[in-house]
Amino acid sequence: MSVPLASMAAAPGDGIRHAGRAGLPWRTPAAIVVAAVALAFVPLLGLPAFYDSLLYLILSWVVLATSWNILSGYSGYFSFGHGAFFGAGLYTTSTLLARFDWPFLWTLPVAAAVACGLGVAVGAVVFRVRGIRGEVFALLTLAVTFVLGTVIVNTPIDGGNGVSLAAVPVPRIGPTPSSTFYLLALAAAAVTLLVAWGVAVSKLGSGLFAIHDDEDAAEVIGVPTYRYKLIALAISCALAGVAGGIHALFLNYVTVGEVFTITVPLTVVLMSVLGGSRHWAGPAVGAVAITLLTYSFTAANHAVAGKALVGAILIAAILFMPDGILPRLQRRWSARRRDSAPTPLAAAAPARVAAAAGQRGEPLLRAEAVAKSFRGVKALDGVDVEVRRGEILGLLGPNGSGKSTFINVVSGHYRPSGGSIVFEGRELAGRAAHRIARAGIARTYQIPRPFAHLSVLDNVALAALFGAGLASPAAARREAMSWLAFAGLADKAQALPDELNLHQRKFLELARALASRPRLVLLDEVLCGLTPTEIDAAVALVRRIRDQGATVVLVEHVMRAVMALTDRVVVFDHGVLLAQGPPVEVMRRPEVMLAYLGQAPLPERVDA
Amino acid sequence: MSGFTLPSATLLAQSVLSGVFVGALYGLLGLGLSLSWGLLRQINLAHFAFAFLAAYLCWQLATMGMDPLLTLALIVPLFFAIGAALQWAMARFAITPFNSLLVTFGLTGIVEALIQSIWTADVRKLESAYGEHRFKFVGLYAPLPELMTLGLALALSLGVWAVLRHTDLGKALRASAEDAPIAAAFGINQRRNALLLAGTCSALASVAGVCLALVSTLAPSQIYAWIGVVFAAVMLGGLGRALAPLVAGIVIGVSEAVTMAVTAPSWAPLVSFTLLIAILLLRPGRAA
Repeated sequence: MSVPLASMAAAPGDGIRHAGRAGLPWRTPAAIVVAAVALAFVPLLGLPAFYDSLLYLILSWVVLATSWNILSGYSGYFSFGHGAFFGAGLYTTSTLLARFDWPFLWTLPVAAAVACGLGVAVGAVVFRVRGIRGEVFALLTLAVTFVLGTVIVNTPIDGGNGVSLAAVPVPRIGPTPSSTFYLLALAAAAVTLLVAWGVAVSKLGSGLFAIHDDEDAAEVIGVPTYRYKLIALAISCALAGVAGGIHALFLNYVTVGEVFTITVPLTVVLMSVLGGSRHWAGPAVGAVAITLLTYSFTAANHAVAGKALVGAILIAAILFMPDGILPRLQRRWSARRRDSAPTPLAAAAPARVAAAAGQRGEPLLRAEAVAKSFRGVKALDGVDVEVRRGEILGLLGPNGSGKSTFINVVSGHYRPSGGSIVFEGRELAGRAAHRIARAGIARTYQIPRPFAHLSVLDNVALAALFGAGLASPAAARREAMSWLAFAGLADKAQALPDELNLHQRKFLELARALASRPRLVLLDEVLCGLTPTEIDAAVALVRRIRDQGATVVLVEHVMRAVMALTDRVVVFDHGVLLAQGPPVEVMRRPEVMLAYLGQAPLPERVDA
Repeated sequence: MSGFTLPSATLLAQSVLSGVFVGALYGLLGLGLSLSWGLLRQINLAHFAFAFLAAYLCWQLATMGMDPLLTLALIVPLFFAIGAALQWAMARFAITPFNSLLVTFGLTGIVEALIQSIWTADVRKLESAYGEHRFKFVGLYAPLPELMTLGLALALSLGVWAVLRHTDLGKALRASAEDAPIAAAFGINQRRNALLLAGTCSALASVAGVCLALVSTLAPSQIYAWIGVVFAAVMLGGLGRALAPLVAGIVIGVSEAVTMAVTAPSWAPLVSFTLLIAILLLRPGRAA
């Protein structure tokens, strides 16, 4: 294998990382296609029909588990509604076959479309509601399954007796009907795996992995979370719909009880978790293992024992292999490989924050009468703040004065209750956070919020990919490397955020904010919790950020740093603007000291 | 096909009453589920498997000549121990809420297989002296087993409510659910409390199981049939609350029964799951 120009130490397992193997990007899909073509010759071996059916079942579960994983494994939104989407495809095909005499193959695109439409309709409602994650999302999608099943049973679609397809001829694709089903499922599985791989290495996949770890932080660095979840669900449902369409004819007799259940989604979850739900091929590995296992027990007349064993495997997998089989094998394999040859990292290009597009000192952001209330509590009660291009503006005030709320409103984390925020002539108030990020505003969190399952490098690469709008994950990683160098974290590029100390995590936040090439950086207490030496390093870093053309708004309590860094300060108190001006002058004002210290000013004890 | 027919007043009243009875069983099954989800942050699918295991044990003991109610004396302590043991394992491996759902699903599969291998997949029905008694008020029939279920559900829900509200143990449990580290800092022995609570939840499942054996037929695959609707009752009521599952269960039971009377039995699931979807969309914080 020739060493590519910018080969990176690609620890396997995560979406953005796959793209790191920049050398042979088409090796994986080529392997999938070759394997599928080779497997297409199996019917020529003339095995008994029974083997075709077994292989069909395996491949059918591969399609279901892999398609489920595209939304649920990548983004962490575990859907229990896969039975509904599978069933939508199943009933679409069986209705078209039994009532309208459609040719079978023509029903499959319709099955995909119906399942996809159903998924988009559900997602468009569900993904709009904040807080529908984890168990709630699982239950909600499960409830949709039962509602849909009930409707189908009670309407002429099923009529309560099931739909018989005995009279429908099986198309002659393979030499026998059973081999036809096998070939259809093989094609569907190959397409599904290609799609799953493609999503994992694309920008979409990177965004989904970020959503998995911290959806709010993902949105803030520019990931269009709502749209991405919807796209992933649409793809996932369409593929499940095709599997349903094929399965309808395979079953020959379709009933609601077969698909609109809790067992379909739970089996799919089991397969994905076992194989590794963060890897595109994980669910396929799990599907093959579980289907073969269940079959071997059923064949030996120990179906009951097989059921128990599947349960035991699920428990053991979660307790001892929470990442799944595939990531574990890969880690072992890549660890051995890395020992033999440490892969060099891409040479870092000199980092540059966005070049100043306008005149220094002109207004960059103008917030007017910005208000934010939480059920009657006015955190911001109409503040006017102007940020000028090229300055470092200190945002001060006692605890609870509204500083962080202001950052949250400007960055789009909160929707303002009133007022306007104009950035470079564009109104931003009420816009989605990812649009604000793309407009050129980046922020850090007071308590660092890195994406826990992504390496330090990938954390920063995500910001370059979405905030700065780079086209490919590979380019984003090269760019990210230079930002890590800028923040002094280059040697931690392959570490996971958990391995960093607080100081390094804060610098990771900074590198991530900068990688989106913002014109305005909002720093929320970056110095809090650092030692004096670390503060000096951070102060120097903030200066360098400004020197490179970005404008900085700094929320800070460390007065030494505020005095040293800021050109101007604004002081908030109880959600209103108390004072603004040069730091030394403002901090001497009696009303500011009163707000901070809560007593009459003692001028002789303040030395600037 | 279902026609839309308006039933007579007596039939409607009888439907409402049977809805209350079914709802009581939903509530009883939901009680332990709601407590372990709300207070232990575990979504215990095995709750249903435990209930069925208890139901089969009750059936077995009753077939051997024991009074079905008397079997509670054996079954309840046994399941308390099982629940506490499960909690010990859950704590030992520090299982997250979502993984608890998957682990207990695995456990459900094992229990289902166990039941099937001992009692086969055939449908069983407990024949007891209780089943022959039924009362008649103002033209409405109330079978004794259903009345006993309602009574047990009421008594246990009220009992759990009183413990949670008025005892130190209850306050400690609620404090731990609110903020575990802080509660620990105040000297609450969370490990012991969690074992106690998990044991209680599983014991509650076994009581529900005995009621299930009294009022319904049993088959291993039916374990899954109850999950959806009981979850709906739990979510509707809110997590970690003692009286809410029963109230919500009865609301769901009655609306299902009325739906069945007005349209056709097969439409019944629509009510509970539409309700569940509405609740989750409007108040997603309920499950947090």
